Amino acid sequence: MIDTSNSSSTSKTIETVSGITVRLCGDSGDGMQLLGTQLTNTSALAGNDVATFPDFPAEIRAPRGTRAGVSGFQVQFASREIFTPGDTLDALVVMNPAAMVTNLSDLRKGGILIANEDGFNDKEYKLAKVESNPLDADVIEQSYRVVRVAMTKLTREAVSEFGLSTKFADRCKNFFAMGLVYWLFGRSLDPTLRFIEEKFSKKPDIMNANIAALRAGWAFGETTEVFGESYQVEAAKLAPGTYRNIMGNQALAWGLIAASSVSKKEMFYGTYPITPASDILHELTRFKNFGVRTFQAEDEIAAIGATIGAAFGGSMAVTASSGPGIALKGEAMGLGIMLELPMIIINVQRGGPSTGLPTKTEQSDLLQAMYGRNGEAPMPILAPRSPGDCFDMAVEAWRIAVECMVPVMVLSDGYIANGSEPWKIPDVADLPEISCTHPAGGESEEPFLPYSRNENLARPWAVPGTPDLMHRLGGLEKEDGTGNVSYDPDNHQHMVDTRAAKVAKIAERIPDQDVFGNTSGDILVISWGGTYGACLTAVARCRDAGHDVSHAHIRYMNPMPANIGELLGSFRTILVPELNSGQLRMLLRAEYLVDCIGINKIQGKPFAVSELVDEITHHATTRRQDASARRTAKVG
Amino acid sequence: MNLPVLKAADFASDQDVRWCPGCGDYSILAQMKKVLPELGYPREKTVFISGIGCSSRFPYYMNTYGMHSIHGRAPTFATGLKSTRPELMVWVITGDGDALSIGGNHFIHCLRRNLDINIVLFNNRIYGLTKGQYSPTSVEGQVTKSTPMGAIDHPLSPLSVALAAEATFVARSIDAHVKHLGQTLKAAAEHKGTSLVEVYQNCNVFNDGAMAYAQEKKQRAENVVELEHGKPLIFGAQSDKGIRLTGNQLEVVNTADVPADDLLIHDAQAPNPAIQMMLARMRYPEMPEPIGVLRSVKGVTTYDDQINEQVTAAKAKQGDGDLNALFHSGDTWQVA
Ligand SMILES: Cc1ncc(C[n+]2csc(CCOP(=O)(O)OP(=O)(O)O)c2C)c(N)n1
Ligand code: SF4
Ligand SMILES: [Mg+2]
Repeated sequence: MIDTSNSSSTSKTIETVSGITVRLCGDSGDGMQLLGTQLTNTSALAGNDVATFPDFPAEIRAPRGTRAGVSGFQVQFASREIFTPGDTLDALVVMNPAAMVTNLSDLRKGGILIANEDGFNDKEYKLAKVESNPLDADVIEQSYRVVRVAMTKLTREAVSEFGLSTKFADRCKNFFAMGLVYWLFGRSLDPTLRFIEEKFSKKPDIMNANIAALRAGWAFGETTEVFGESYQVEAAKLAPGTYRNIMGNQALAWGLIAASSVSKKEMFYGTYPITPASDILHELTRFKNFGVRTFQAEDEIAAIGATIGAAFGGSMAVTASSGPGIALKGEAMGLGIMLELPMIIINVQRGGPSTGLPTKTEQSDLLQAMYGRNGEAPMPILAPRSPGDCFDMAVEAWRIAVECMVPVMVLSDGYIANGSEPWKIPDVADLPEISCTHPAGGESEEPFLPYSRNENLARPWAVPGTPDLMHRLGGLEKEDGTGNVSYDPDNHQHMVDTRAAKVAKIAERIPDQDVFGNTSGDILVISWGGTYGACLTAVARCRDAGHDVSHAHIRYMNPMPANIGELLGSFRTILVPELNSGQLRMLLRAEYLVDCIGINKIQGKPFAVSELVDEITHHATTRRQDASARRTAKVG
Repeated sequence: MNLPVLKAADFASDQDVRWCPGCGDYSILAQMKKVLPELGYPREKTVFISGIGCSSRFPYYMNTYGMHSIHGRAPTFATGLKSTRPELMVWVITGDGDALSIGGNHFIHCLRRNLDINIVLFNNRIYGLTKGQYSPTSVEGQVTKSTPMGAIDHPLSPLSVALAAEATFVARSIDAHVKHLGQTLKAAAEHKGTSLVEVYQNCNVFNDGAMAYAQEKKQRAENVVELEHGKPLIFGAQSDKGIRLTGNQLEVVNTADVPADDLLIHDAQAPNPAIQMMLARMRYPEMPEPIGVLRSVKGVTTYDDQINEQVTAAKAKQGDGDLNALFHSGDTWQVA
């Protein structure tokens, strides 16, 4: 038996490193996501900057032991500011052969490979479609530091005193793995101990067994001869303040709650479950005490219909989905635009088309957001760049919606929705003010004009229940001013122009585009959405290498900041990395008539920093033969 | 409070009504304007929401709040509005195509949620606005623009669908039977929960006379049985016919031939909708068709009440939401 009593300080050598990237992989039933989240929280609490990338199969429980069933969680924690979960792994934990063979290529040479030896046997080789034990290959021992641990056996021993069935005992082995990882990287057990105590408070046996497994894993690291040393990553120098770890969808939900609170409007959230947007619903529905009313509709059309109904009634109205559901909402979004009511439409993008890759990320709905409606139906679009930024963009979406009486689309994606990062908790008093006003009734000589406009071209938000302001809205073209049905050709032209002008005018109410680097020069990398971290990191590396490269990351997709055109004109080469076939590139070229070069990848995976660095370096070093030559690089 | 006494004309908007002359929609509009003042509800708290179709132009003609939405989805807009503004009286105006074709899904889900709103379904058994294609209520074999050799679909009855969808109030009336129509709309408005009123509405342009057997006064008595809760089912110009339940079949009998208490007594309040469903399935010409309130059950919770009660309960239990407390909940750390 391993001595598990002393699991707080190691007696071995400790090496300090500036950052570590670990990936934890196993069967989807192995609890890798839990392990990953715990490691993330613990690292964040230790003051590290963290970035995560959970990656799971689309099936709930894909056949056990198969490659398709492998679920992974990658986390980078560092003592410097980081913006991505890392490209290559310093350590890889694998619970079975399938996890090993599908992930090994990302482990750096000399990296640590921790394998649950008990998960490697003939049956598992068959399931993973490998001939023999992949750990035994010579190249493995030569390339990596391999640590074979009989996790199942050691876990069973550690929990034997609690009399659990083998099935339940074996379930504790992810905590054993966790304990070992915690030892290796000098993480405190306390946050996870607290988590276990809370989560299993009603099942003391399971609670104690998990604690024992966690401690046993730690003690194994401490006692085994395989590890001569452990590592430590010191706290990062982040801006002063109180921090918490936050996931993108959670930040979106909290941003909506904050917007509802500062605008003194109770929220109505209509939605139909879809990956990766459902977690926003799960989060919001816990906060009914904030006046949140969630409605799980019969489909996405009903969800947006109810949302528009709630907006008509004067609520803060929000609907969310992913690409397939957004496609269904198209007609109703057009109605929302005609009705000129404020509301938020969230698209947490995933791989498409059709059902596509539900659990994988992609940025392929930008053109859908811009143009995926019948008729001339422009809509403001915001795109958060990171998990924490989802909070700010949600608040911003509601501000714009209310000030301009317009539906606003928020384009998130699966990568930032499920990813997490430290979030500096804002001071509630510093949140932007959002004021919602409704005209009051009262007898007046003048008839009420529901489509009269203010300086933002916004019409009054007159709500049912107000005496004397009765009016009828609808999808038939409105006469400006009266809102009466009108088939007049000039009026239609006028209304189409006005709705477009209203959206375009929003450019006056948003900040100018900021740039990392210089505002003119050789290369501008221009990106949007969840690729922020990878693009920023890649540009920073290229600048360190002496290249004249700058980075602009757009968060306001429509309208774009007023200075974008000028920026584009100030660089010799424009590179547009996107996880699609070139949608932003198409918009930039169409709007600003500048040549842009795409760096495009559609594999359901985020960019690796290294592949962007390679592309940027290529452009920085090769003189372009033909200034007008267009090239779309396929990377990855 | 001294509410002004309103008249039917007060509910008329300033818009010209644009239905074809002779269309049954006019009569429904007139009855609605007549009934609303009787309900004593302020105009500004009344909202009409419609889908798309000839019938769905209705809200434009009412001097209340209104929304002409998109095809088939009116119940969804009503759901969002009523859930957040339960004090409003919300009416959904829809057609047979709107409610049962493109909007079939929303129709059943609205009914099962039992939102406290009223749905008036204008059934002309045709697509009026798109100029005469057959609809889900068109009879088999009906020749229309899109079915030159006759419709081969089996029609459905909105009443049966509603009963199957757990509706708490299900009724039918007829455009031309104005008094009955007014009474039925009023009963629907007074019911707490989703009320469905199917109205036989004549489209005199594309399906003229399709329901003449029920609409025309002379034919009506023989082909229609007016339901009244607690009363036997008797019809016929001479009140000489009745409906009897024999085994699990409804049959027409001559009242003279059977003892009075053999006749089926209508029970609109029966929680079990089995017999109501049998009534809903009675079809001309085999049987007289029922009009009036088929089903009206009380005491079923409404969606709008419940969604708001949960909010009230959460506030009572957790206290009003506190942003600062939310942000700092769980694990946090300081960076100096
Ligand atoms: C999404 C969509 N599909 C089709 C149409 C065309 N359309 C308008 S009304 C209608 C049918 C209306 O029939 P019904 O609901 O019976 O109403 P009525 O005109 O008979 O009153 C159709 C198919 C539309 N407006 N929108
Ligand atoms: S087409 Fe038929 S339903 Fe439509 S307005 Fe004319 S008569 Fe009425
Ligand atoms: Mg019709």
